[in-house]
Amino acid sequence: MGNEERQFKWVGTRQVRPDGVEKVTGQANYGADFTLPGMITGRVLRSPHAHARIRSIDTSAASALKGVRAVVTADDFPNLPSEVVAGGESPVNYRYISCNAIARDKVLYEGHAVAAVAASDPAVAEAALKLIQVEYELLPHVIDVREAMREDAPLLHEDLFTEGVDPKPARPSNIAKRTEFLLGDPAAGFAECEVIIERSYTTQPVHQGYIEPHACVASVAADGMTTVWSSSQGQFMVREFCAKLLKIADSDLRVIPAEIGGGFGGKTTVYLEPLAIALSRKSGKPVKMVMSREEVFKASGPTSGGVLHVKIGARRDGTLLAGECELAYQAGAFPGSPAIPGCMTAFACYDIPNAKTVGFDVVSNRPKCAAYRAPGAPMAAFAVESALDELALKLGMDPIELRLKNAAKEGTRALYGPKMPIIGFVETLEAARAHPHYNTPLKANQGRGIASGFWFNIGGQSSAALHINEDGTAEVVTGNPDIGGSRASMAIMAAEVLGIDYAKVKPLIGDTASVGYSFLTGGSRVTFATGKAVVEAANDVVQQLRARAAKIWKCEVEEVIWKDGVAHPAQGQTDTRTQLSLAEIAASAARTGGPISGKASLNAGGAGPGFGTHLCDVEVDPETGRVEVLRYTVIQDVGRAIHPSYVEGQMQGGAAQGIGWALNEEYVYDEQGRLQNPGFLDYRMPVASDLPMIDTVMVEVPNPAHPFGVRGVGEVPIVPPLAAVANAVARASGVRVNDLPISPPRLLAALMK
Amino acid sequence: MATVLLQPEFARRHTGGERIIEVEATTCQALIELLDERHPGFADAIAKGVVVAIDGQLYPDPLLQALKAGSEVCFLPALEGG
Repeated sequence: MGNEERQFKWVGTRQVRPDGVEKVTGQANYGADFTLPGMITGRVLRSPHAHARIRSIDTSAASALKGVRAVVTADDFPNLPSEVVAGGESPVNYRYISCNAIARDKVLYEGHAVAAVAASDPAVAEAALKLIQVEYELLPHVIDVREAMREDAPLLHEDLFTEGVDPKPARPSNIAKRTEFLLGDPAAGFAECEVIIERSYTTQPVHQGYIEPHACVASVAADGMTTVWSSSQGQFMVREFCAKLLKIADSDLRVIPAEIGGGFGGKTTVYLEPLAIALSRKSGKPVKMVMSREEVFKASGPTSGGVLHVKIGARRDGTLLAGECELAYQAGAFPGSPAIPGCMTAFACYDIPNAKTVGFDVVSNRPKCAAYRAPGAPMAAFAVESALDELALKLGMDPIELRLKNAAKEGTRALYGPKMPIIGFVETLEAARAHPHYNTPLKANQGRGIASGFWFNIGGQSSAALHINEDGTAEVVTGNPDIGGSRASMAIMAAEVLGIDYAKVKPLIGDTASVGYSFLTGGSRVTFATGKAVVEAANDVVQQLRARAAKIWKCEVEEVIWKDGVAHPAQGQTDTRTQLSLAEIAASAARTGGPISGKASLNAGGAGPGFGTHLCDVEVDPETGRVEVLRYTVIQDVGRAIHPSYVEGQMQGGAAQGIGWALNEEYVYDEQGRLQNPGFLDYRMPVASDLPMIDTVMVEVPNPAHPFGVRGVGEVPIVPPLAAVANAVARASGVRVNDLPISPPRLLAALMK
Repeated sequence: MATVLLQPEFARRHTGGERIIEVEATTCQALIELLDERHPGFADAIAKGVVVAIDGQLYPDPLLQALKAGSEVCFLPALEGG
């Protein structure tokens, strides 16, 4: 689908990715590739216990080991107060980030950092870790979210009192927060319902699974000037967090982004960077730190697991009248699960006049959860979309027709408050219904599931600079690490506005000292918000180019129009002026006012919500419980695809991760709360041979708040797969599994009941 | 006149439970200031990180946004993403 007639020269075309050659030839520099003269190696001592009080840490023997240059513990970091303050885009408690980076007083999960060592080589650093004596007082632990919510559960934080309940509780709890959203009168709505489905569901924490582990180099100069090279989803986020954790002025801390080998939300916080800075400050040497895969699993954030209860009711004609969802998401060791967005997204696809969601943010002795594509939404969608599938079966309705009958559209009031702006959910359902996939016959033991999903998409603060070179080429500099193809998209948008060839625009990612503040790469915001900044910067340049042409032609700027990269006399001008190309104007820039550069910094609002509908065919082996995904189609409203190949890649990648979430992925803990599968061999993510080619359909309902109609696309595709797969399995096998993952042993057990 | 719609929890904490409030204001900043006069502490709650939806569009910098007659304003928890 897409534009029937071409409106643009570059937008919507599949250009060669600017980072491709470096990556396929191994020349791209990721976090672990960076080296500096005199650089030493940092390693982290991690807790072997799920929950323990730190009675003492003796680092004397480690410090005395030859080759050891520095040892740090929590004592080397400011003891920050526990308070929620305004962060980059949302409230932050820096004490939690600090205590997660290095344990203070207590360890709260196996793998929690206790101390860090920097030494002349990795072997010495490893040897030094073994010399650090930590005296622990073991405490009872709790892994499961339901058990963590019990009144008699082991407490992780003695100062944590449940927020959002009146009166304020007298006793501390593992429930950090209760949140509620309400629309209409659910009790009255349910009273009118002729059919009601009510079910409970569970999902497991799953890791983002980025291939590149966390890695950084930090170098603190004698005057305190600090430079960090790291792989993250935001160099400004790294600067902000490290500056607060170590009490460094922003201007004394420069963060240079490396290439990033996957993030998916998991690199929106800091783990190693503050430790590396502290070690470098203490040793006077540049310090490199790289996590092992085991450390990534044990000490960096997965997304939350959840326990959900859904009730949804309708008239016999399929009109939804009421919905309720209660969800409890485990946050890991510190508060901050995505329970709120889970509550907000649960029913967002549908026009339900009476709805209520209640969410609980619950701490337990697991690594602190981190963002993962559309945080909180996939679990809620799994519950709601599974219940809807059962409702469709009970009503004898086609599941797409049921969704179409109730689909949110422009003007539908969302449970969380506002009315929907222009959206394309109905279009995705209609495209799914018309797709050949939906009408292909199935064989025995095969089933087809459908599910839909929603994500807000966000805007936020972004900056861009655009420099015109003497030969008419250009550099576009932005402040967002390129995870999903943003460099190509930025170059396309700049080329479109300037009217020059895509190949003449080189996109670069600036460090914190060379480009204006840009919030991190996440929330499906970069092509929208940073793209908007690029368009504004390019428009700034076009205005300057018109002014330079006017100066050359000795006329008013209004008498110059800019078209296809060339200055033309305005219509009606009949004198002998010739046209001036961008290259010609650039070549004479020194004589018309100096270099030509444009810039823009903005805080973008109006990010258009995104919706997707997925079709999934599976075959169930009744003897083993193994599920094979036979065919998968992702249909999504993408607003306008700037670079369609990258958009399709996001859709395919999100679906693949969601399929793994549905079928295989889970953390396995022993009775001591120790993770048993911290590696890709035992933590089974889908690989290419596990999946069919994932088909994509881009529906384009442009977002009017972006010059080219962009909507975020990176998060929506992970929302529907959990339910799409579960619904397909239910229809293939006749058995509905409401607890993820639907692994062979679990499905086989359900089949044998 | 703009209409402010609040979720129960936010209203319980910041407006004494009042969930639908009519406010005579032409900018979001004026609206927040008026609500802060009526309910002291309201502006602080907004400053800690809230997204504002005006007529269905989400804005991270609400103070700059103009309101039309009949505009509908909702205050939502700050949103990030992955």
